[in-house]
Amino acid sequence: MLKQFCDWLVSTPASEAIQNTFWMIPLIQSVHIVSIAITVSAVTLLHFRLLGLTGRDQSVPETARRYLPWIWTAVAILACSGLLLIVAEPPRELENPMFWTKMTLLLCALIFTALFQVMLKRDGFWERNRALSALIGIVSLLLWTGVVVAGRWIAYVVHS
Amino acid sequence: MNLHNLLSQLEAAPFARAIRESTWLFPTIETVHVLFLTLTVGSILIVDLRLLNLASRNRPVKDLTAQLLPWTWTSFIIAAVTGSLLFSSAATRYAQLWPFQAKMAGLALAGLNMAVFHLGAYRGVDEWNRPPAAPPAAARIAGGLSVAIWVTMIGLGRWIGFL
Repeated sequence: MLKQFCDWLVSTPASEAIQNTFWMIPLIQSVHIVSIAITVSAVTLLHFRLLGLTGRDQSVPETARRYLPWIWTAVAILACSGLLLIVAEPPRELENPMFWTKMTLLLCALIFTALFQVMLKRDGFWERNRALSALIGIVSLLLWTGVVVAGRWIAYVVHS
Repeated sequence: MNLHNLLSQLEAAPFARAIRESTWLFPTIETVHVLFLTLTVGSILIVDLRLLNLASRNRPVKDLTAQLLPWTWTSFIIAAVTGSLLFSSAATRYAQLWPFQAKMAGLALAGLNMAVFHLGAYRGVDEWNRPPAAPPAAARIAGGLSVAIWVTMIGLGRWIGFL
């Protein structure tokens, strides 16, 4: 089923167009990496603020308002460029266990970030729940780091 | 001794050989390289966008640089060390690749751009440190050049892996 889907996708004109232009994949990957740079930096600075380790001249809600729009915008670009990379080489991702590990970690990271954003709307939440906010900060940071690590390893796990 | 001999010696070093012959060392070091180069470039972009007057406009420039420079330098050092290790594993081959050469030239340009900015426009930072004062043209040019150079370096770095 998945194999048939990959076979079909790889023969579509869109896939062939990307495959036949030698610089398209590195170009899309470069857009992907620049967007990762934005996400990773915003996530790291936001979560270190949550842990009280950096940028304490701004409150947690202020820091979140500053970085969250960048995170969501970059994630949208990552989704688009990632989708193009799947279209270009379907088996490389879809038949690769490391890709699905990455998607699982990504789903968890997105849920945590959305959860964090919802809780942000409650006034004084962070001041009252320091231990919880620290926990969310650490888990979320680990999840996002895991997404990047798994992403890089897609290239090294030979697909079936 | 010429450059080629030097690179051959580097390649023959025990650690370079270990990275070349191991199945997991290269990808592991590369993963660390990617993680910290994203932090390097991301933290640089935040400052660049402030200089371009496009983001963080409500924050004093000096507060922003004081917060971010330790992140930039720490992650840059880690990215540089891991990058050098990756390079050592096939030094003579990488040195001949044009994207590698261009990436190193980009690194030098980024350093030069930063030096010009610090010795020039940044000296008068107190006049445009606080909003609503906008950074002068020289600072905006430095910020724009920095964005262009670092984004290009990411593309060149990715290209090395395809050759």
